[in-house]
Parts: sequence; C-alpha cells; structure tokens
Amino acid sequence: MHAAVIVFPGSNCDRDVAVALTQATGRAPLMLWHRETEVPPLDLIVVPGGFSYGDYLRAGALAAHSPVVREVKARAAKGVPVLGICNGFQVLCEAGMLPGVLMRNAGLRFVCKDVWLRVENAATPFTRGYRSGQVVRMPIAHNDGNYYADATTLDKLEGEGRIVFRYCHADGRVDDAANPNGAQRGIAGIADGRGSVLGMMPHPERAADASLGGTDGRTMFQSLLTVLA
Amino acid sequence: MKAKVHVTLKPGVLDPQGKAVAHALDALGFSGVHGVRQGKFIEIDLGDQDPGGAQARVDAMCRQLLANTVIEDYAIDIVD
Repeated sequence: MHAAVIVFPGSNCDRDVAVALTQATGRAPLMLWHRETEVPPLDLIVVPGGFSYGDYLRAGALAAHSPVVREVKARAAKGVPVLGICNGFQVLCEAGMLPGVLMRNAGLRFVCKDVWLRVENAATPFTRGYRSGQVVRMPIAHNDGNYYADATTLDKLEGEGRIVFRYCHADGRVDDAANPNGAQRGIAGIADGRGSVLGMMPHPERAADASLGGTDGRTMFQSLLTVLA
Repeated sequence: MKAKVHVTLKPGVLDPQGKAVAHALDALGFSGVHGVRQGKFIEIDLGDQDPGGAQARVDAMCRQLLANTVIEDYAIDIVD
C-alpha cells in the first residue's frame, strides 16, 4: 500500500501517523510537503493533526488552499481514500471535501482526553475492521472540534449513513454528557458520499500501540491495509 | 482604495466566545448588555481604481477564503 502523509507548517501528528502506518503496513509512507504539486500514484492520503498555518483566520482555512490540497482533492475525486484527522478534518471541511465546519469547542476550552466512540458505519474502507455499533476508545486533543452543519445537511448525513463515529459513554449511549465539544448530534467523524473521504476529530494514530494508550485506533490502519493492499 | 470587511456569525449559530464576553461585561458591572456576538474585521489595501470592480473582487475573496459561509456572513465596505 502506497500511503502519503501531508505535512503543513504547524502539522504535529504527521510523524505519529507515519509510525502507525509503517507498523500496520510494513512500509513507510511518503511525507508530502504543503507546496508539493507533483504527487506519485497513491492508495491512501492522510491529512494529519496539528495547527496548520497556526490556525490563522480559521482552523484549516489556509491549508485548504495550499498547492498539495488541490492535488488531494483531485485524487479524492478519483476515489483515492483520504483520511483527515483532527486538524486534517478541519482542512477537509474548509476545502469543501466534507460538509459543515468545526467551530470553537462549546466549553471554550482545549479538550485533551480519551473518549469513547460508537462506530456508526463499519462499511467504509477505514472502519471495516470494526463491528457496527462497536464502542472504541481514542484520544481527542482540540480547541475547535464542535461540528456544525445546518439541519438539512445533518439529516442527509444521517440518512446516508455518513456519520461514521459519535461520542458516547462506555456502554455506547450517546447524550450531551458524553459530548466533549458541543458537536451537533454527537458527531466525531463523517464521510463523503462514497465513503472514501473520512474526517474525524479523535486520533486513531495515538491509539495504535499497546504501550501508548491502547490499540483501538490501529484497527483503522489495518482495515485500510486489508481493503487497499 | 481599501476594503473593510466584517465577518460575523450567522444568526442562530451559537457564539460561546460572545457569550463569555457578555458574562465578563456583566461581571465588570456593565448592566443592560443583552448579548454579544464576536466577529472579525479585515482591512485590505487594494490597488483597484474602480470601486465596483473592487467590490466584486473582495466579494470573491470573502466567498473563497475570508468567510466560511456555512456559519458566517460578511459585509464589505469599499473606501478611498
């Protein structure tokens, strides 16, 4: 599997993603700098977490217009899976590759903790290793994770099974108490119409090693390997 | 000429920062503050000569970058 990780000035999870991908696939990913315009054939693109361009203007807004993201868009349109994690999710929304926007956390605090997630759609190439309804644990670490879209868009996402992860309690219950940032309908991750672009606030790459806080996230990278290898 | 752009949250979109500012004003003893909405002010220096053309160009800037129209409205003022 030929994977690439995008690197913006201010990305800070790019190397964690590279380690998780290398462990899952046995092959180090290509690291693609934000100015890159020549991109080789790829099976997977990961837009990692961090604070691209210092979160200036709005989180992800400047990165969304960088040269490499034009290429990411073109590849996604051809069906190449794209995974946006945390700031990567913000970038994909700002780039118009996913609907909605990630606003300032409702509590106005940076939230950094492990959360429970319910897998709402286990049919995407990213989540095939999970069971539908499975509850998994991953860390979040963000200031702007409050997912917002208008009611029509939310209904459409819901109806098309494009809500992939929701914040929940350990027993899978979804309610306001389990919602760390005020996200509409407890949304932690969504996919595009064909399920090959996924954006999520939690960090699977930080839950991909038993000695570093669990392995529930590793399943995602293994799922991709199974589907794309 | 200059463009003065105000970017504000759409009505109905929650603004926790504005709310926190309102609470702080209240704590300072400013009574009668019924609400605060926080936004951005962006000033752009333009080489344009024609105000109509400048207006159209800044409008495109707002739509493509300066505002996220999912949650934000914008207002443009072109001044000499």
